Amino acid sequence: MKTHWQIMVVDDEEIMRESLAAWLREDGYHVETAVSGRQAIERARRQNFAIYFIDLKMPGGYDGIETMMEIKKLHPDASVIIITAYATVDTAITAMKEGAQEYIVKPCNPEEISMLVSRIIKVKNLQRENMILRKKLTRNYSFRDIISKNARILEILDLVREVAGLRSTVLIQGESGTGKELIARALHYSGDRARKSFVCVSCAALTESLLESELFGYEKGSFTGATAQKKGKFELADGGTIFLDEIGDISSKLQMDLLRVLQERKFYRVGGTEEVEVDVRVIAATNLNLRKAVQEGKFRDDLFYRLNVIHIPLPPLRERKEDIPLLVEGFIERIAHEQGKELREISEGALEILMNYDWPGNVRELENAVERAVVTCKTPLLTESNFSFLHQPAEPREWAIPTHLTLEEAEKKIIQATLQRLEGNIKETAQVLGIDRSTLYEKIKKYNLSRP
Amino acid sequence: MKTIYLIPFGAADEEIFASVELSLWHSFGWEVRRLPALEEPGFAFEPQRRQYSSVLILRMLQSVFPADALRLLGVTEGDLFIPMLSFVFGQAQLNGGLALISLARLRQTFYGLAENNAVTAARAVKEATHEIGHTFGLTHCLDAGCPMSLSNTIWQVDRKREELCPKCAFLLQEMPAWKSQSRP
Repeated sequence: MKTHWQIMVVDDEEIMRESLAAWLREDGYHVETAVSGRQAIERARRQNFAIYFIDLKMPGGYDGIETMMEIKKLHPDASVIIITAYATVDTAITAMKEGAQEYIVKPCNPEEISMLVSRIIKVKNLQRENMILRKKLTRNYSFRDIISKNARILEILDLVREVAGLRSTVLIQGESGTGKELIARALHYSGDRARKSFVCVSCAALTESLLESELFGYEKGSFTGATAQKKGKFELADGGTIFLDEIGDISSKLQMDLLRVLQERKFYRVGGTEEVEVDVRVIAATNLNLRKAVQEGKFRDDLFYRLNVIHIPLPPLRERKEDIPLLVEGFIERIAHEQGKELREISEGALEILMNYDWPGNVRELENAVERAVVTCKTPLLTESNFSFLHQPAEPREWAIPTHLTLEEAEKKIIQATLQRLEGNIKETAQVLGIDRSTLYEKIKKYNLSRP
Repeated sequence: MKTIYLIPFGAADEEIFASVELSLWHSFGWEVRRLPALEEPGFAFEPQRRQYSSVLILRMLQSVFPADALRLLGVTEGDLFIPMLSFVFGQAQLNGGLALISLARLRQTFYGLAENNAVTAARAVKEATHEIGHTFGLTHCLDAGCPMSLSNTIWQVDRKREELCPKCAFLLQEMPAWKSQSRP
């Protein structure tokens, strides 16, 4: 797992700097060099390195110890190795007191350096493993977990930082798999509410009545099976955040109930007479165009404006393809770790396939594709053949699977197309669709379909 | 046709060079040829350390790189160093054209033992394969028996095999530096 660790070599002497960097690169590390303390500090401001090799004596500006102190201010956990040609007890003591991990005198035995580097990397690997496991356990994500160099995503992350501490309602809009929940978690865990609950509800997964009791809870005896009082998600999220995923799918009754909670922060449990007051931040997400749904009368405009206080539109992966290599690297590292496999790299050819693919399922589909490739890969490198399942079929498809429709919209289109093909023959259409005639009549009525 | 060239500094020890040439051809599949010997690299000698700077020798090799060369491997009897380390067995440009090995620490005499040319030749084969592997982009292998594993001591060289391990042999085929060359 060493290739993901980056090392910085800081020395004003070119041969010294470049030869040490080349020697470390042969060991598989990514190595950057800096000609002065000032340059090293500038680089460290942009990114942290696993190990900093810093020469003690450098002319002009920062010497080795000063450079280390500045880097330690930026990254208190940085591992710094101070290099010197002349060992004196005083400088060694100063270096160690200021936080150097090691103080070595050049020339140094190659075995000594190899062992020192691998010892530090071993600790870094354990720290990272610990962090991955803890994150997995607590799902405590911050905006640092969102990997991107795309300008739009970076703007969104700035916005997330700005609004994390507020109580204002946020509406996240994006296609399926673009990371809406990750943004919601980042908003919660970066703000003042991080210590309280983050409660997640998928509105599309439940029927209207179930969703109502799920959100607002119920009183004992309010319906058959309600044997005890139960708190709803809004109460469970008191002091924290509730994340309402797929908000575009809720019924008009629930839209009204929700509007009231957003306005008054008060509600009744199902079957209850006593008002419950909560302090909850609402983050809603949808893959639909809610503004359009409002225009079509499918979504209440007053609720839309209440939800849409802060609007975060997430771009699909095909519009931020420059992030694919970064995302893939992160997924390989995590998945290989979870699978207990030796870390795998990805060949240029395989990456090209991933860059050329359209990713209708967005980041989630990419993650699943990488997982499938890592699991089935028998070699230490992911190659084109591991992603052959992504190839488009050689024969053109008769139709493309729609990826922006709700199930209802898709159902409507399929019924209409089948009816047209069979020239309005109800019996045959019902047979082809695998439903009975009465169901087909109901659906024709429901969707207001015309028979050719 | 592109060729891996060997260039001796000083008189070439026939047994060692023949072994290295055969082995590189076997491992990498390119034609391997030997260039006329150059003088010992006095220009890179560092009197205080009584060693030769591998960086300076590599820079010089750049100036004699033949037009039809795929790779150029210098072989010297001089003990090599880089400023940070007390010695190196060899050095290469990762994904580059140049490599260099020293026979000094591969000889039994360095360790106070009687000279054994067959042992030196076997060690030279492993170090030459190691450095040429770097020029094609391979980094150190965790299999201690693979010639691409890191060796800081002579016993680490001795425990290596002469052939690349299956993992490195596979990775070599996938390296951009390897793929960009048409196979012989």
